[in-house]
Amino acid sequence: MAEPLLRVEGVVKRFGGFQALGGVTLHVERGERFGLIGPNGSGKTTLISCISGTLRNDGGRIFFQGQDISARPAYQRARLGIARSFQIPRPFHSMTLQENLELSLDYAARDRAGDDHAAAAREILRMVGLDAKAGVISARLTQIEMRKLELARAMAARPSLLISDEAMAGLSSSEVDDLLAILLKMNEAGTTVIMIEHIMRAVMRFSQRIAVLDAGEKIAEGPPAEILNNKAVERAYLGE
Amino acid sequence: MSVKGRSLLVLAVLFLAGLFAFTRFVENRYIFFAAYVVLQYIVLATAWNILGGYTGYVNFGTGAFFALGVYSSVFLIQMFRAPLLVQIATGGVVAGLLGLGLGYLTLRLRGTFFSIATLALAVVLQTFVINWEYVGGAKGTTVLRPAHAPFFNNYIEFLFMVMGCLAVGSVAIAWFIEHSRIGRGFAAIRDNEEAAECTGVPTLKLKLLATTISGCLMGVAGTPFPYYLSFVDPDSAFNLSYALNSLAMPVVGGTTTWLGPVVGAVLLGTAQQLATVTISSELNILIVGVVLVLFVVLAPKGIVGLVQQFVQRRRA
Amino acid sequence: MFSLDLLLNAVVAGALLGGFYAAVSLGISVTFGLLDVVNIAHPVFVILGAYTAFTLNANYGVDPLLAGALFAPVFFVLGVVVYRVYYTSFESKGEGSQGGGLVFFFGLLFIVEVGLMLKFGVDYRLVEAPYIGESIHLGPIGLAYRLLVPCAVGLLMTLCLYLFLGKTFYGRAIMGVAQDSLALRLVGADPVRVKTLAFGISIATASVAGALLIMISPVEPSIGRAYIGRAFAITVLGGLGSIGGTLTAAMILGIAESLTSTFSGPSWALAVSFGILLLVLAVRPAGLFGR
Repeated sequence: MAEPLLRVEGVVKRFGGFQALGGVTLHVERGERFGLIGPNGSGKTTLISCISGTLRNDGGRIFFQGQDISARPAYQRARLGIARSFQIPRPFHSMTLQENLELSLDYAARDRAGDDHAAAAREILRMVGLDAKAGVISARLTQIEMRKLELARAMAARPSLLISDEAMAGLSSSEVDDLLAILLKMNEAGTTVIMIEHIMRAVMRFSQRIAVLDAGEKIAEGPPAEILNNKAVERAYLGE
Repeated sequence: MSVKGRSLLVLAVLFLAGLFAFTRFVENRYIFFAAYVVLQYIVLATAWNILGGYTGYVNFGTGAFFALGVYSSVFLIQMFRAPLLVQIATGGVVAGLLGLGLGYLTLRLRGTFFSIATLALAVVLQTFVINWEYVGGAKGTTVLRPAHAPFFNNYIEFLFMVMGCLAVGSVAIAWFIEHSRIGRGFAAIRDNEEAAECTGVPTLKLKLLATTISGCLMGVAGTPFPYYLSFVDPDSAFNLSYALNSLAMPVVGGTTTWLGPVVGAVLLGTAQQLATVTISSELNILIVGVVLVLFVVLAPKGIVGLVQQFVQRRRA
Repeated sequence: MFSLDLLLNAVVAGALLGGFYAAVSLGISVTFGLLDVVNIAHPVFVILGAYTAFTLNANYGVDPLLAGALFAPVFFVLGVVVYRVYYTSFESKGEGSQGGGLVFFFGLLFIVEVGLMLKFGVDYRLVEAPYIGESIHLGPIGLAYRLLVPCAVGLLMTLCLYLFLGKTFYGRAIMGVAQDSLALRLVGADPVRVKTLAFGISIATASVAGALLIMISPVEPSIGRAYIGRAFAITVLGGLGSIGGTLTAAMILGIAESLTSTFSGPSWALAVSFGILLLVLAVRPAGLFGR
């Protein structure tokens, strides 16, 4: 069987005395749409921070494209092809939307971006529907526009693996559909996507496989239908 | 090079020509010195801004880097009678290494730790220099200016021109950085360092680069000092007004482009030179402090920013 | 020349100095350790406190400690005003403006220091009180009152602050505000109010610390600069957020400086605090008791 794009083996993360992740193991196949869910505080963002390199895991290993990247700094992982969006959008606020994306192309996508970064940035802005505002300073966007910019910037990194962290929280139904469509299009073009969401209908519709975290441990994994009927998952969300 | 770049190059050449004419026609020693100080501040403000304005890391210890340049020159003069070019190169290298070292120790932690460390840096370096008898210790030392200068009537005029070239050179470096991929990386670090790292920007390496270049230029600014003034002592080399001014000038002028520090240096520098003959140096510093606080609170984008806003409003 | 007496006296003097250093550093321990505000101007507020104590003492014969206590409410208000400006201009605008905050305090530092220079000149000023100049002797060890009283007051201040932060509602709110503003809101405490209170308290401590400072030795406006390095070295060594850590680190620094001063000469004492700061940052940035 082909090597999975991402392999997380027994990842442990501690903050002082508190154990945020207690040995999580999962893998994501190339081209897959993978969902990651769990109650608040279960360690989802911590896990993807360990995968993207923002945090260094204390135990276990992380493999990307077959390489052990556990010790690599975040910027190298970005160059290898891991991109993430942040829950609370973090645009480069003094730059325009165009410049935000060009930065991604200049750095993360350096080996993959081709020559005309300006045109590539414009194209991605068109895909997310923000091209009219390409010259606007990113600090002046609305909430949904910022979320789209987050995704667009991650896309500009030309990643093999895109991790979307609660991009849809607090958005209206049609806005959720907008973002879902963008992610689906990206996946069709070949990008593997990990989606973290609380909006169940989005995760269920989008994902081919879902893993459930609770209190730093993986308590279930499987296709959406299985997860829906899983008693342990129900308990985790609703309590005993 | 773009049209804008070419016209700036022409401007630089004209500027240097103007400075040359200045040396020919201006006799008054005080005006000369005032102009020298302003040129020196163009270098210091530009150097500060590369790390502070472009990358977002505040350096309170300009005095330490500047004085390092001053004292490395003193050492080279007394030990080897070294030519000016060697002094400049050495001062730049030593100060650059200091920036690199300090950066390496503190930049992997939060930015505030770096700034705090720079505050204490000047105090410590001054302690070392005070105890170093070879360069004069606390009392200071006299340095003999060379009798002859290449191309000019006297050495002072020569040094003035050298400082002018250093000013143009440092602004050129800032301009190149600003328009390069590295400069965009700096800006990303300033805007949101964590996002920058996740977007593939090697933040630690770039921060170290910024600290090194900034420190190097500050040291270079100090290297002609011994020959120019002929007397060097720790109080004048480590003077806190360097820290205040090199920070206030970019903040007042505008921190996002190369133009801001130049505007700030020319305005604040000239104003201070004019003021020192009429008011006490303490009042001078007080006013700079007040202007700094007013700008950082009310007009954080500086004069350049205010002008940009004004122009945009006219267009709308 | 080495002798046990010399060593003992140096250590004791250092420990007494440490108690005083704690008084100076408490303000930074609160603002930097708990609020994450880098108020590098704090030492200059301490100098301001020294001068207000001097003014009351020289003109009205008021005991310096009393003067420090009397001015504490005034300094509290000053702290509130400063924080309000800082908050509206920088903190409320999000992460990107942190550099501006640093620059703000730097400017403030110069304004206060030079303002003092203009008003009082650069001559050294001192206070007069009946107990300054006296000392008690325990065997070979001499304890000067001018060191003993500041140390005692410093310890007292540390204890009071520790109790306030640990036992009172607002104290605990201050402890929690940096970590969890949302939780604070849920229990009815406005995070901005809490931070303003904390900042006000930290500047109020500067009033008392200043009075202690001028008791120990004469002051002139620029001596605050040495304390910037010391106060931050102490706060970082002790661990951000730990009052007990601040006291411990203050003692360590005081003793280290005293020993250096006695055996290598006073001009190297300043380098000690910086050396400690660099060492801590390089080896264990969380400090001794940091979170």
